[in-house]
Amino acid sequence: MATLKLTDVAKTYGGTVDVLRNINLDIKTGELIVFVGPSGCGKSTLLRMIAGLEKITGGTLEIDGQVVNDTPPAQRGIAMVFQSYALYPHMTVRDNMSFSLKLAKKSKAEIEEAVSKAARILQLEPYLDRLPKALSGGQRQRVAIGRSIVRDPKVYLFDEPLSNLDAALRVATRIEIAQLKESMPDSTMIYVTHDQVEAMTLASRIVVLANKGIAQVGTPLDLYERPENEFVAQFIGSPAMNLLSGEIVETGQHTTVKLDGGGIAVAAVPTQAADKGLKVNVGVRPEDLYEAQGGDYIFDAKVNITEALGEVTLLYFEPQGDNEALIGKLPGIHNGLRGTPVKMTAKPEKVQIFHDGRSLHYR
Amino acid sequence: MDNIAGKKSSLSIVVNITVFLLVLIWLIPTVGLFVSSFRDRDAISASGWWLAPLATEQTFRGRGDTESVTPGDGGVVLTGNVFLDPEIAPSFPNGEGKIAAFGDSGREPGEFPAGEVADLGDGASLIVERSGDYVFTLPEDPGDRGPRYYVVAKTPPSFTLDNYRTVLSAGGMGQAFVNTLTVTIPTTIIPILMAAFAAYALAWMDFAGRSWLIAAIIGLLVVPLQLALVPMLTLHNQVGIGQSFLGIWLAHAAFGQPLAVYLLRNYMIGLPRDIIESARVDGGTDFQIFMKIILPLSFPALAAFAIFQFLWTWNDLLVAKVFLPSSEETKVMTVKIADDLLGSRGGDWGILAAAAFVSITIPLLVFFTLQRYLVRGLLAGSVK
Amino acid sequence: MNPVFQGLITIAVGVGGIFVYFIASNAFLDKVLFPAKGPNASRNINRANTIRPWLFMAPTIIALSLYLVYPVIGSFIRSLFNRSGDEFVGFSNYTTMFASSEFRTAFWNNVLWALVVPSVSTFLGLLIAQLTDKLRWGNIAKSLIFMPMAISFVGASLIWKFVYAIDPELGVINAIRVNMFGASPLDVLQIAFWNNLFLMVILIWVQTGFAMVILSAALRGIPEETIEAAIIDGANPFQIFFRIQVPQVTNTIIVVFTTTTILVLKVFDIVYAMTGGNFNTQILPSYMMQFMFRDDGRATAVAIVIMLIVTPVMIQNIRQARAEMR
Repeated sequence: MATLKLTDVAKTYGGTVDVLRNINLDIKTGELIVFVGPSGCGKSTLLRMIAGLEKITGGTLEIDGQVVNDTPPAQRGIAMVFQSYALYPHMTVRDNMSFSLKLAKKSKAEIEEAVSKAARILQLEPYLDRLPKALSGGQRQRVAIGRSIVRDPKVYLFDEPLSNLDAALRVATRIEIAQLKESMPDSTMIYVTHDQVEAMTLASRIVVLANKGIAQVGTPLDLYERPENEFVAQFIGSPAMNLLSGEIVETGQHTTVKLDGGGIAVAAVPTQAADKGLKVNVGVRPEDLYEAQGGDYIFDAKVNITEALGEVTLLYFEPQGDNEALIGKLPGIHNGLRGTPVKMTAKPEKVQIFHDGRSLHYR
Repeated sequence: MDNIAGKKSSLSIVVNITVFLLVLIWLIPTVGLFVSSFRDRDAISASGWWLAPLATEQTFRGRGDTESVTPGDGGVVLTGNVFLDPEIAPSFPNGEGKIAAFGDSGREPGEFPAGEVADLGDGASLIVERSGDYVFTLPEDPGDRGPRYYVVAKTPPSFTLDNYRTVLSAGGMGQAFVNTLTVTIPTTIIPILMAAFAAYALAWMDFAGRSWLIAAIIGLLVVPLQLALVPMLTLHNQVGIGQSFLGIWLAHAAFGQPLAVYLLRNYMIGLPRDIIESARVDGGTDFQIFMKIILPLSFPALAAFAIFQFLWTWNDLLVAKVFLPSSEETKVMTVKIADDLLGSRGGDWGILAAAAFVSITIPLLVFFTLQRYLVRGLLAGSVK
Repeated sequence: MNPVFQGLITIAVGVGGIFVYFIASNAFLDKVLFPAKGPNASRNINRANTIRPWLFMAPTIIALSLYLVYPVIGSFIRSLFNRSGDEFVGFSNYTTMFASSEFRTAFWNNVLWALVVPSVSTFLGLLIAQLTDKLRWGNIAKSLIFMPMAISFVGASLIWKFVYAIDPELGVINAIRVNMFGASPLDVLQIAFWNNLFLMVILIWVQTGFAMVILSAALRGIPEETIEAAIIDGANPFQIFFRIQVPQVTNTIIVVFTTTTILVLKVFDIVYAMTGGNFNTQILPSYMMQFMFRDDGRATAVAIVIMLIVTPVMIQNIRQARAEMR
């Protein structure tokens, strides 16, 4: 239903404190965009700027081609679901859901129809006359979503909507939101979370925010498989991607890096002859590491600690040189590895190369 | 805390006793006045209020009934009953009582225990039974004036509502009560509304100079009222309001503002930001958000301030003395008590006590029924 | 007109007027001055929103400036004029006042009040709050001790006048003196110096409940874990109270203390009703009342002195509030 365009959007507090700058983002109709980033990166601020709850101090925000920088929240055609749900405690579920429509002076019939439709979608019909305090956490969450549905907004904004729910409910509600999105293919949604699983499962595209700007925008698998920079590489995925320093020794369609720890890494990343001798960091995800059966290996280190999680076993290796402790993730149970040296390697297409923090993929 | 193992119970006994004593000390003054308000003047001066629920021994005097004179051995005999004596009977309306002792002189009215024959000298003797029956033996006929006797009798505890009747009707207290209500109710309702709007603006609207205004209001919180009296009365006189109810309404409404704004703002700022922003996203204007979200949610704070302001205006003496004319028709209760009763009626404790209780009944009622809100409001004002 | 009727009209006019004012002024702002329509809609909305806070605050600001800000200035000016207000006399009201022994008595008495009443009532409040917190009937005890808050200072004075009465059949104090110690009754309100303390007892009686309620809430706000940790560390109840609990409510204690101090500087009723300022019990507020309507020049001069005494507290309050806002 709606497109959003952010051009050089910036936020400063009191003219001096930079929170966000140079945010450029195009959001297409029907997308579900997820903002992720470390805490304090400004992801909630950006969402609140789109909502109109924070002033935009630089750049422009367009909704459907209209600059809305100075439009008050209610006129932007947005609806927002808050982390705390922000239900009006003194109103029943029905009144909560119809509040915005009453303010917009919609007719009684229209309100009734919109509310009952939303209640049906969200299975809230039995609770319409209850006060929020008589509802469970998950039900409150659904009321908050219902409140935004009845407005039929151009853009849905979600500010960490699941973080107040317990683990089991969070999974259930996440799936509900995914189904809701599927049932409204034309609606545009922006979703802020710090939970990677939510981001990976819900997003059509993820926006990673860091250092007051956008670190990368892309589909979940893009970010996972082809991170643009070391930050995204280490932010997406858990445990974080291993980084090992080294030097390019062979270039071409595949690139070979001689690592400072003595190992050899081959990456399916094309390089030119001039890159030879370039100081780089090699990135390998823990789950892509496997035991080398002779031949080249990326590193050879003693296993310090193992954590058996059942379906996988995490291996924490003795740190080598300046590198951070390396982590491996092997499927199944491996009890005997603790204290033994293991040679690990990975497939070339799973290996990333970063120079100055940027991936060589994106040169 | 109560479940901790090995807790000494002796300490808790000490605590219980200490608190009990403190509460007792706190209550005694009020209870004393309360009890006294139900006693008549004589009872108050006869015994302390702490003895009021007990029967008290009081001295009465009467004269032997000369109509009952019959000749007896060595003179005449007078017989009768103490409780039928015209001087004593009014104190014992049902004609019954118990005599503890008797005598024939005012100096020692209880010289002889009841039932014992008292030799009065000169051939005269007297015996008074516990039931009040007496037998006087005199050497000669006393003529028209019967001989004096004194008895000490136990009177049952007596309580009366006369003081309240006097206070409410004759003393002009009824008028004062109505005047107090007339001052109190408008000055409780109007300032709350004014302050609620201002508090919302100071809590949830963004504008330049907001923090300075809040600081100014906190500053005004401590400005002594006394400062305002002379200049404002002068101003009232100049604009023609003078000393009148209108004047005191305006004054109280204004004087209540700093506390009201301060309390309500502190409360409102504690409301969840998300709710207010959500209402804004839902399309509420500031006025609608205020009316439909803030006001209902701030009810506890509004109630707290209402109680405060009510108690304060009800109990106020200073503003009433200055802004109301000092004529009898416009006196409020505090003025009435302070000026009239504490001054001229200084001696009549029963009336004073009743007057005091008339003036504190309503505040106490309000206080005990709405205490919950008062405490919550106080806390909004002082604890972060 | 009957004042009751007049009162009802005032309520209707006042409440109705306030609503009419807010609705009308907001409507005027949104519909006439900056309509949220046309090409400048969003700019207009923003402009309206810069003005709106001032609409909301206007009645309060007007009331405050008229009845509290103006009087500070007005009083000061008035204090520079003579009895009838027609002749400028400079600071002579102040010099006469400082020279009078009654003023000095009132001043020092007031200092005494401002020291004793807040300290004692805060201390007692803290003590009672702590003691009652553990009792099953604690809430009843609290509400009885809180009760004098509802009684006017005049009513409280009357209640205590009764306690202090000379007649041993009336006054509890003299009854105890006479019946228990066989001493002769005396008028405690006439004993020089000590009579001030007897008057302060009345205000302490009224104010302790206030201190207790606030401190009790503060004590309950202390994280239970810190107390439990202290118990495990082997602290006895007194050590827990003085070393763990009290330090954690210091801020609240200061708030209660200053609030009571401010109150002390306003209360004239007790002295006025009990002794009328006789027997060297005068304090500044009651001293001021002596001159009200008779010599407004001197009355306002006293008011200004009271204001000056309060000023440091006021500055402290503002500082505190501004620190909390950050």
